[in-house]
Amino acid sequence: MDFLTFHEVSHYYFSEKNYTKAIEHVDFTMKDGEFISIIGPSGCGKSTILSIIAQLTKQTEGHIFINGKAIAMSDITVGYMLQQDYLFPWRTILDNVLIGPKMNGTLSNATVEEARTLLHEVGLVNVEEKFPQELSGGMRQRAALVRTLINDPTIFLLDEPFSALDYVTKLTLENLVASMIKTYKKSAILVTHDISEAISMSDRILLMDGQPGTIKKIFTIPSALRVTKPFYVRRHEAYQALFDEIWQDVRGKKEEQVDETDD
Amino acid sequence: MKQTIENILHDNFKKKVKREKKFVLTVQLIIFVLFIVGWELGSRLHLLDPLIFSSPTNVTLLMVEKLIDGTMTHHLAVTLIETIIGFLLGTLLGVILATILWSSRRLSNIADPYLVVLNAMPKVALGPIFIVALGPGYISIIMMGAIISIIITTIVVFTAFSEVDEHYITVLKTFGATRKQIFTEAIFPASFPTIISTLKVNVGLSWVGIIVGEFLVANQGLGYLIIYGFQVFDFTLVMASLVLIAIFAALMYKVVEFIEKKYLERARS
Repeated sequence: MDFLTFHEVSHYYFSEKNYTKAIEHVDFTMKDGEFISIIGPSGCGKSTILSIIAQLTKQTEGHIFINGKAIAMSDITVGYMLQQDYLFPWRTILDNVLIGPKMNGTLSNATVEEARTLLHEVGLVNVEEKFPQELSGGMRQRAALVRTLINDPTIFLLDEPFSALDYVTKLTLENLVASMIKTYKKSAILVTHDISEAISMSDRILLMDGQPGTIKKIFTIPSALRVTKPFYVRRHEAYQALFDEIWQDVRGKKEEQVDETDD
Repeated sequence: MKQTIENILHDNFKKKVKREKKFVLTVQLIIFVLFIVGWELGSRLHLLDPLIFSSPTNVTLLMVEKLIDGTMTHHLAVTLIETIIGFLLGTLLGVILATILWSSRRLSNIADPYLVVLNAMPKVALGPIFIVALGPGYISIIMMGAIISIIITTIVVFTAFSEVDEHYITVLKTFGATRKQIFTEAIFPASFPTIISTLKVNVGLSWVGIIVGEFLVANQGLGYLIIYGFQVFDFTLVMASLVLIAIFAALMYKVVEFIEKKYLERARS
């Protein structure tokens, strides 16, 4: 059975003056343990899809199923990572990491130990008692990763989590996140603008069109690239051809937009 | 060698900063001395009417005498206690009201025009109503000290609550946090610096409320001494009370500032 199913999902954002259709008839399925990337122009409803899965927003139309059950009935836990780490500046790193267990009342000595172990695992040593502002952007995003991991999420929702980082940190973290997600056998959806990031991390790529957001094309990543770590995918012989193929489709859309807006 | 050059440069810089600080302090002292001397001379040479403006020596003598025999100490203590209670009450109630408004979007929308009116209203004008309702005693005076800062605290703190980055709330929501948890874990701590800074404003406001309150009803306190001195034309007493108010209002402000500094240091460490 499919782990996640989007069936004819549409979503509108309403305001007093007008309304916008963020996504329209979005249809896709996802297997357990799969890594999907969503790419597309700004404002094409990529983040809306994540926000609906996280149940922060309820879709206007359509149905979403998790393991065959309606999403509201399912007991899914999401691990949401945003563009910035959004660690709480008044809490130490350890306290930040433990916020999930604290919220749902599962905080115990065991979770504290687990937090310490996970921090070590992502390469954060001797930072438990430090405050976020004492850490670099990359280290903070690592801490944010641990904060989601400790909750043992059913699915990772990654909303451009690497876009605010410098290039070296970004590549290192792509490797880290990809390997953590593989190790813990998690499903993940990554929203990104970066085609190479999408190719190097995922099993499939959904290319979206904007206003309203629809799925334009789905690319399946060759298995040779899937088993390779993100950093090495970029050097793989199959990489360039796939990049060019996706690029053609992305650029096709871009040129249309330039003609329309004339700026 | 390089190290020593850097050290010398740093020492020079430190000296420069120190010199600047010294200069500022010196000028401040000169202004103070000129003011006192000018006041004293003006009064002695009858350039100022000594009956109205008194003189530093007279004010000091009266203050020392009254502080030693305890009469002034008593009035000072009354006013201080009233001000501190009014200040704490105003701030606390303001924060509580802001919390209630935050808890319901609808409620805050409904309350909005009333807050605007209450905020625009000069609160001391409510004095007579308090006196009639609560009796001409210290309760009315404390209420004056509190009411003057409640509404502005509510508005400022509620705005701070509303402006907390939405993403922090998103993070907590994905962990299944309740609205109460969102408040205690994100909204309140994120707004704490704003609350601390309203304390600084409220210190000054509370003094206004209390002194006006004492003008209206009291038979003790510094506000009462000012009105009494005015009625019996003892302006030395009025001046002495003003000096005490200035000193203690500044002290209270400094205490709050110190708390703010300690808090910010802790937050930054």
